[in-house]
Parts: sequence; C-alpha cells; structure tokens
Amino acid sequence: MSTPQPPMPQAAVPQPQPQLAQAPAPHWQSAPAGSYPTYTSPIPVVRTHLGHAIASEWTKIRSVRSTMWTLGVFVLLVVGIGLLAAAVVGSSAGETDLAGENPLSFGFFGLLLGSMCIMTLGVLTTASEYGTGMIRTTMTACPNRVRVLAAKAIVFFSVAFVVTFVSALLVAFADVALLDSSGVRDPSGSEWLKGTLGISLYLALLGLLSLVIGSIIRHSAGAITIMIGVVLAPLVIALFMFSSSLEKLREALFEYSIPNQLSVFYSNSLTESGPSGWDPLWIMLGVTAVAFAGACALLEKRDV
Amino acid sequence: MIELEGLTKRYGEKVAVNNLTFTVRPGIVTGFLGPNGAGKSTTMRMMLGLDRPTAGDVRIDGRHYDRLKDPLRYIGALLDAKAMHGGRSAFNHLLCLAQSNGIPRGRVDEVLDTVGLTAVAKKKAKGFSLGMGQRLGIAGALLGDPRILMFDEPVNGLDPEGIHWIRNLMKSLAAQGRTVFVSSHLMSEMALTADHLVVIGQGRLLADTSMAEFIEQNSRSYVRIRSPQRERLLDVLHGAGITVVETGAGALEVDGGKPEHIGELAAQHQIVLHELSPQQASLEEAFMQLTAESVEYHAHTDTPEEQQAWGDGWKGN
Ligand SMILES: Nc1ncnc2c1ncn2[C@@H]1O[C@H](COP(=O)(O)OP(=O)(O)O)[C@@H](O)[C@H]1O
Ligand SMILES: [Mg+2]
Repeated sequence: MSTPQPPMPQAAVPQPQPQLAQAPAPHWQSAPAGSYPTYTSPIPVVRTHLGHAIASEWTKIRSVRSTMWTLGVFVLLVVGIGLLAAAVVGSSAGETDLAGENPLSFGFFGLLLGSMCIMTLGVLTTASEYGTGMIRTTMTACPNRVRVLAAKAIVFFSVAFVVTFVSALLVAFADVALLDSSGVRDPSGSEWLKGTLGISLYLALLGLLSLVIGSIIRHSAGAITIMIGVVLAPLVIALFMFSSSLEKLREALFEYSIPNQLSVFYSNSLTESGPSGWDPLWIMLGVTAVAFAGACALLEKRDV
Repeated sequence: MIELEGLTKRYGEKVAVNNLTFTVRPGIVTGFLGPNGAGKSTTMRMMLGLDRPTAGDVRIDGRHYDRLKDPLRYIGALLDAKAMHGGRSAFNHLLCLAQSNGIPRGRVDEVLDTVGLTAVAKKKAKGFSLGMGQRLGIAGALLGDPRILMFDEPVNGLDPEGIHWIRNLMKSLAAQGRTVFVSSHLMSEMALTADHLVVIGQGRLLADTSMAEFIEQNSRSYVRIRSPQRERLLDVLHGAGITVVETGAGALEVDGGKPEHIGELAAQHQIVLHELSPQQASLEEAFMQLTAESVEYHAHTDTPEEQQAWGDGWKGN
C-alpha cells in the first residue's frame, strides 16, 4: 500500500465518511500522511505458485461424480472386455490356433473402447468449467491462465495414466495366465513394456489431447464429438476410398488412425510403412504438445 | 483502490463499456449503478482481468489484476452466484479456491460460518436455493479476507431477510476499512448502502458523486394539485407568477412551491381543489431521468406516476 496516490479525477467531490458507528476493526493500519486507512488481514500472505494450482485442481477432479463415473466405466470396460476376449478366444481355440500370438494383445478392444471414457473425462476437466461459469471463479483465483491449464493437465494426466496403467497391467497378467495353455508365446520384456506402460502413456496422452481440445472448444459435447471423430473418422474415410489413385492416402489414413496406432503397441512386426515400435507415443506426444501450445496462446488472447 | 482510465470494451460492433474513468476509493461502499445492459458486469470482468479491455486500463493499487501474487487475498469478487460446479459440495468448492491461493483450510469453515452455510457444507451446490447460492458466492469472496470486495448485483432474487443481511455485511466490511464496490440496477438499493455513487448508461459515465450530494441535488420537492376547475386555477397561478407543470394524468405540479401558499390562493379565488399534496421525487426517478436516454431495453408504457411506487421502498426504511 505504499504506492503513491495518483491524483483523483473527481477531487472536487467531497469525501463521504464511512457512516457506521461499529466497533472498530482490529486491524486498522495507521495510515501514513496523505494515504488512507486500509484493512490488513491477519492471515499470512503466500506467494502462489503452480503447486497451489495443482492442489486446487486435484480437489476439483476428485470432488465431482463425473470423474468416478468415467473412470469406473473405463476400468469396467478395460478389465471386463480384456478378460472376456481372452476367455472366449482361449476356450474356442485349439492347441495350435494361437501359436505365436502375443497374449497381451487381447487387452486391445477394452482399451480402445475405454479410450472414450478417458477422452470424455479429459474434455470435462476443462470444458465443463465453461459450461457452468466456474472458469471465471477459477481464473479470478489464479489469473495466470497458462498455470491453470498446466495444473489441469498435470493432475488429469497423472490420474488417467495411473488408472490406465493399473487396469492394463491387471488385464495383461490375467490374460497371460488364461491363455497359458493355448500355445501363445511368452511376451518379451520389451513387449511387456509396450503393452502396459507404453499403451497407458499413449491413452493418457490421448486424454490430455482431449483436455486441450476442451479448453479450445469450451463446449463439452462439441469437444467430445470432435475427439470421437478424430479416433474414428480416418478409419471410416479409408473404408470408403475405392479409387485406386488414392491408394497411398488410404493406406496412410489407416496406418495412422488411432485404433491402428494402439495396435502397434502389441505388434512385433516392423512394417515397411506406417508407425512401428514406440512411434505412436512420439506422434501423440508431438500432436498434444502442439495443441497445448495453441491452447495456451488462445487462452491468453481470448476473454475468459 | 481501483483506478479505471479510459476503459473501453467492444464486442464486435457493440460498445459495452465506453471510455470509463473513475476511482473506487477504500473505506467506503461505492455503488455502481446502471440499467440492465449498461456495462456493469463487463466493467467488473475487466477489473478482474477476465475480459481484456479494447482500450484503456484498470489498475488495483497501481497493478494489473494478473500481476497480483495473491489475488484472493487482495480482492474477493462475487460475479455470478451460479458460477460453480453444481455437483461439488459447498465445502469442496471453497476448498479448491482456498488451495489455489494457499489459504489455510480452516478459513473455509470460518467463511461457511460467516454466511450461515455450515449445516449444508457437505451438500451439493446444485440443490441450493438462489439465496444459498448467493451466500456461497459471498463466502468465496470473503475467503481470502481481502481488502477489496466486489459484488455484482448481490441482492438479485434474494428474499428480504437475505437483502438485509447483505446490506449490513457490506456496511460492516467498509467500516473495517475495506474497499467495497457493489453494482445494482436499483437506485433504492444504492441509496441504502452506498456512500459514493458511480452511474453509467450504455457504457458511459453519467455521474460520479457522493451519495449525499446526489440526494441533495436530485430530491426535487414539488406540490401536486388536482382541481375540477383546472383552467381557472392555471390562470390564477400564472397570475401569481408561479410556474406550473401539467402532467399527463390531469394533475398540476409546482416545483418547490408551498402548499399553504397555493391553498390560500385557491381559496381567495374560490377554486375547488381535489388534491393539494407536497411531494418528494424519489431517487429512482432521478436515476431514471439521468439514464433516460441510455436505457437499453425500454418498456413501452411507463408513466412516471406508476413508476414512483417502485422507488418508494428506500424512504420507508
Ligand atoms: N461476451 C459478450 N459478447 C457480446 N456482447 C456482450 C458480452 N458481454 C456483454 N455484452 C453486451 O454488453 C452490454 C453490457 O452488458 P453487461 O456488462 O452485462 O451489462 P450490465 O451488467 O450492466 O447489465 C450488453 O448490451 C450485453 O449484451
Ligand atoms: Mg450485469
């Protein structure tokens, strides 16, 4: 409060006095000459930083039903479908039908369907605040807009990754045990890593991309629709590309579609074209980083 | 202290706030008055760094809002009571705000107690009535025990008890040396709570004055007269050098006239009077006159007579 008092535009107006004869407040500052009395709180002042924003976002994400719902359905889908697929295939397959198969790959369908839940939660983390108007309260409490988005990203990514990783790990162990007698091969160490850690990081990043899209679109239903389109559209478009002159494009659409990228985490083959190995993770990381930068720029530019 | 300098906000073609310059001073309640759509909420959003000004500047104790290191400790604001996630409990809503500014958890219980929501702290906000939502919003504003408080139309939709509570709260906050900035579209409300008055219409500054001065300048007193012998009465009054205004409803008004004087004149000329009453123009009328040209949404039938009852409330209290 030591800033010099600038000249007041309406200095001619007589100063009204506070008219209440209430008990004097305990924290009057003795005002220096030329300044004015002001209230000083007894609560210690803290310089806010990213840690505060993260604590706040953690409270937010754990205190709404939609988090429990989306993650609950996610675990149900991933574990349920993962086990079911292995059980059905395992029971109907002969001794050698599955020879040489990677047993971890039976987790694929559950994770593909479950990705819808993760994307929904990601979108809701940002976009729902625009729907309710909470975003204005949030941005008033933390005017550093990039810090808010970063805190949301960190909290969401951690939650999404942990839940996905635990579910994927569970399914992986169960499927390996279930299919033990069906002649499948033992996955190698790198296959284990890709099929559990890799795919979990990939899904959490896909959720993070949804969160960023939610921040850009500011509308939950719109952003979720866009993300579902991103997942499904390339496959659907590729299906309807009959013309042979578009063969190359069709192949690329298929290979870089998100479902195919997911399957890469279970495949051992190094195909001559398309992503292989850990490529999908780097692709998703790049796309998300670019989208995040764009969202930050937009956040700074637009009104809340 | 909040200083606005040439603050302007344009949404496409629409100029919502037009070159506003005024200062909100500490230790008093400053009323921010304007009809619906005048630009009050937009101005407040710019003060809080939510909307970027098209031109001009607004500073809080010399700094931009987004340069404040401890914003909730500095300013508490209630913009929109519904601006919260309905599925979150009152306690958790306040807790996430407190955490974002490193405010101790104990403060949440304190402010819940201050606004009287302790009993429903664990209840979801979507089940709250308008008044409870408003109280929760105010709890959020008080959370950081800030030196500046900003309320956007806080009494909207409240019951009389809630309105009374908010009035007293604002006065006691200002008495503690805090800056209180409160908007309203009701003059009657401002007359009760504000020490200083800033009036805007269509985004432009119309008045920046102390409440006392505003009342003094705008409480016009006049005498209202009704008579079946209207033409004769007019002649007599004109003859006595008294200026008469004819109002729509068949009544005559004499600005600043004394009823005794007019009554005696009428008696001398044996004119029958049906009404001879001293009147005080309400502040609401003064406000309406001030903003007459700048009202965004006009109703079609408004005679001043009918509108008067609307502003009478402040006198009774
Ligand atoms: N985000 C926005 N986009 C377009 N127009 C807006 C926006 N916000 C406010 N306005 C317009 O600006 C004017 C002032 O609005 P507002 O500040 O809400 O007035 P008040 O709070 O005084 O009723 C209104 O005409 C309103 O329609
Ligand atoms: Mg408003």
